[in-house]
Amino acid sequence: MADYKPLQFHVPEPTGRPGDEPDFTDVDIPSAGSAPRPDIDVDPNDIKDLARTMIRVMDKEGNAVGPWAEDIPEDVLMHGLKSMVRTRAFDERMMTLQRQGKTSFYMKCTGEEAIAIAFQQALSKGDMHFPTYRQQGILLAQDYPVVDMINQILSNAKDPLKGRQLPILYSVRDYGFFTVSGNLGTQFVQAVGWAMASAIKGDTKIAAAWIGDGSTAESDFHAALVNASVYKPPVVLNVVNNQWAISSFQGIAGGNSATFAERAHGYGIPSLRVDGNDYLAVYAVSRWAIERARRGHGPTLIEWVTYRVAPHSTSDDPSKYRPKEESSAWPLGDPILRLKNHMIKHGLWSEERHAQAETEFDEEVRAATKEAESHGTMGSGASPKEMFECVFKEMPPHLREQRQKMGV
Amino acid sequence: MPQMNMIEAIRDAMDVKMAEDDNVVVFGEDVGYFGGVFRCTHGLQEKYGANRVFDSPINESGIVGTAIGMAAYGLRPCVEIQFADYIYPAYDQIVSEAARMRYRSSAEFTSPLVVRTPCGGGIFGGQTHSQSPEALFTHISGVKTVIVSNPYDAKGMLISAIEDDDPVIFFEPKRLYNGPFDGHHDRPAKNWSAHPRGDVPEGHYTVPIGKADVVSEGSDVTILTYGTMVYVAETVKEETGIDAEIIDLRSLLPLDIDTIVASVKKTGRCMVLHEATLTSGFGAELAAQVQERCFYNLEVPVERVTGWDTPYPHAQEWDYFPGPARVGAALKEMMEAV
Ligand SMILES: Cc1ncc(C[n+]2csc(CCOP(=O)(O)OP(=O)(O)O)c2C)c(N)n1
Ligand SMILES: [Mg+2]
Repeated sequence: MADYKPLQFHVPEPTGRPGDEPDFTDVDIPSAGSAPRPDIDVDPNDIKDLARTMIRVMDKEGNAVGPWAEDIPEDVLMHGLKSMVRTRAFDERMMTLQRQGKTSFYMKCTGEEAIAIAFQQALSKGDMHFPTYRQQGILLAQDYPVVDMINQILSNAKDPLKGRQLPILYSVRDYGFFTVSGNLGTQFVQAVGWAMASAIKGDTKIAAAWIGDGSTAESDFHAALVNASVYKPPVVLNVVNNQWAISSFQGIAGGNSATFAERAHGYGIPSLRVDGNDYLAVYAVSRWAIERARRGHGPTLIEWVTYRVAPHSTSDDPSKYRPKEESSAWPLGDPILRLKNHMIKHGLWSEERHAQAETEFDEEVRAATKEAESHGTMGSGASPKEMFECVFKEMPPHLREQRQKMGV
Repeated sequence: MPQMNMIEAIRDAMDVKMAEDDNVVVFGEDVGYFGGVFRCTHGLQEKYGANRVFDSPINESGIVGTAIGMAAYGLRPCVEIQFADYIYPAYDQIVSEAARMRYRSSAEFTSPLVVRTPCGGGIFGGQTHSQSPEALFTHISGVKTVIVSNPYDAKGMLISAIEDDDPVIFFEPKRLYNGPFDGHHDRPAKNWSAHPRGDVPEGHYTVPIGKADVVSEGSDVTILTYGTMVYVAETVKEETGIDAEIIDLRSLLPLDIDTIVASVKKTGRCMVLHEATLTSGFGAELAAQVQERCFYNLEVPVERVTGWDTPYPHAQEWDYFPGPARVGAALKEMMEAV
């Protein structure tokens, strides 16, 4: 007994705080093309290494290399790049709107655009995303009308959600976009249930679950994995590891003890860890996992490694908790620049066209903003009457009475 | 006396207790290095170290569950749930575990812990940053439920809560963090420096859990309220000239029924005012207890003014919020009825 030293309590710390130099020496980056590409019906036990490495396709020179390099059609690449540029233009504009007091809240996905967009491009009509608040790219990649997104953000008279829901928590069923909850993690397990239903009904639809690194701590994440493990439904379990959860670095979610991808191993679910800023890798791995699901081989977990360049939300100030230059030091670079370089190298794109696209999308979003603003901003235009609708299918007497009392 | 806003007062309470008692530990989402999204724990990690003030993984059930384990060991955890809207994953740990620990073990094990959580609307936070779930806790046997309305009470009651040997759910109306809010959202915001309850003594003092505060005496009608609504009631009193006695309950469970009964017997009228939804809200309990004890003193039925029975809407926030217009109209009606 006497030789036991007092126990010590362990609290993980990030490699840098404000005032420190950014330090990403812990982030191991294998060379592009080094990870093997298994068949979609692979035994999960045979690909455990893929949860520890990082699948990358684009090398430093912008070449697509290795077994995950696909012959991606030119129009897909073009649409992918444009959607990323458009998403960034959209985020910038919405941030401005919030600063002008025209909306209460906004969240950008800067630096993470490739993930939602390339994944969406690999999906089919009828499939369903269960997105978080940071997958606006899913809608933008499908050319969902930007003005409707802004109407929702402004909670105005044309808001498809009638002013009831917080800005950016869209719901667009026709575009495979499940209503976003503000409560973290809840939808990860719902996606599994949706996929189970597709299997129960004998359909060929699949579900895409989305969650952030921080939110993998929620019990619903683990409930999703156990149900996916038991019933093997057609679901892709996406973990977007952008290194931060508001002020908590990924170590507080357990990321220093094992990769997020490795968590799937305890459940016997195949798992891949991917460079999320490499559009080519995102597209190829998404196609692999989606095909695997649709062919009846069950769930796949994917950890997309990326970085949250922007503040968590318009209410956040990252200079209070992380080194100032951290986002520019992020070793996986900017997904837009990387795809742009790849496409220029292959004669599909040019600096001029890129600059032109930036201007074009900025103008598109400005025009849409103007139109949306004509229907009201910051909740003006939303009807008080709508507050009482949609609580139930049929309004029960007590709500009817309350609505009358309010005089609407 | 130092001036504090409610954030500073809450932080000071934890600071005082952490300095006095090294069994007090503080944790929750973003509370460590950053000091909490509302800054309530700012500076505490630097002062007391990461062993006693730390970030938790994003798992509310885990936050309360680990706090229960620590409390059983002998620590006094004071944990934060970032928004009351996110307390539901922890509900099972609170209801089935913390609340019953003493009872089921005949006091062999207890749960002396505090769950602090910002509640209420008024910040355009939509349905996931606005809720007032206090009635879900008063309905549970074995937890105490507190809602503070000013910096002085916040500090004194948080110290009481940390010292309490039973679990306490400690609600902090976020709209009051920086100043009293009278419900006139279109007028300039006030801060605590001009308010007498922004004067907060240094060091240790307590405000007991279980004692209501008569914040404004009157003879026409009793308004039973708490949290943000205290200031709406005060404004309505001023605007309507109705001589209301306003009682800030502060502690919903245990409830200071004696103060309530004495007031209603005096005024003969009782309004219950809260921001939470009407049906099965804490107002229902208050109305029941008032009519049980004061039935023959009541000149008009007990009136409840509350948030509507809908989820908290984003754009229609001020239609939902029981502001001065609604409260004033209801009060006038009560006065004109007899
Ligand atoms: C159940 C629940 N707890 C806490 C919050 C508050 N919250 C909102 S976002 C967030 C951080 C999430 O981080 P992560 O999952 O990594 O996603 P990211 O924001 O980085 O995309 C927190 C704690 C919440 N919305 N829901
Ligand atoms: Mg994150």
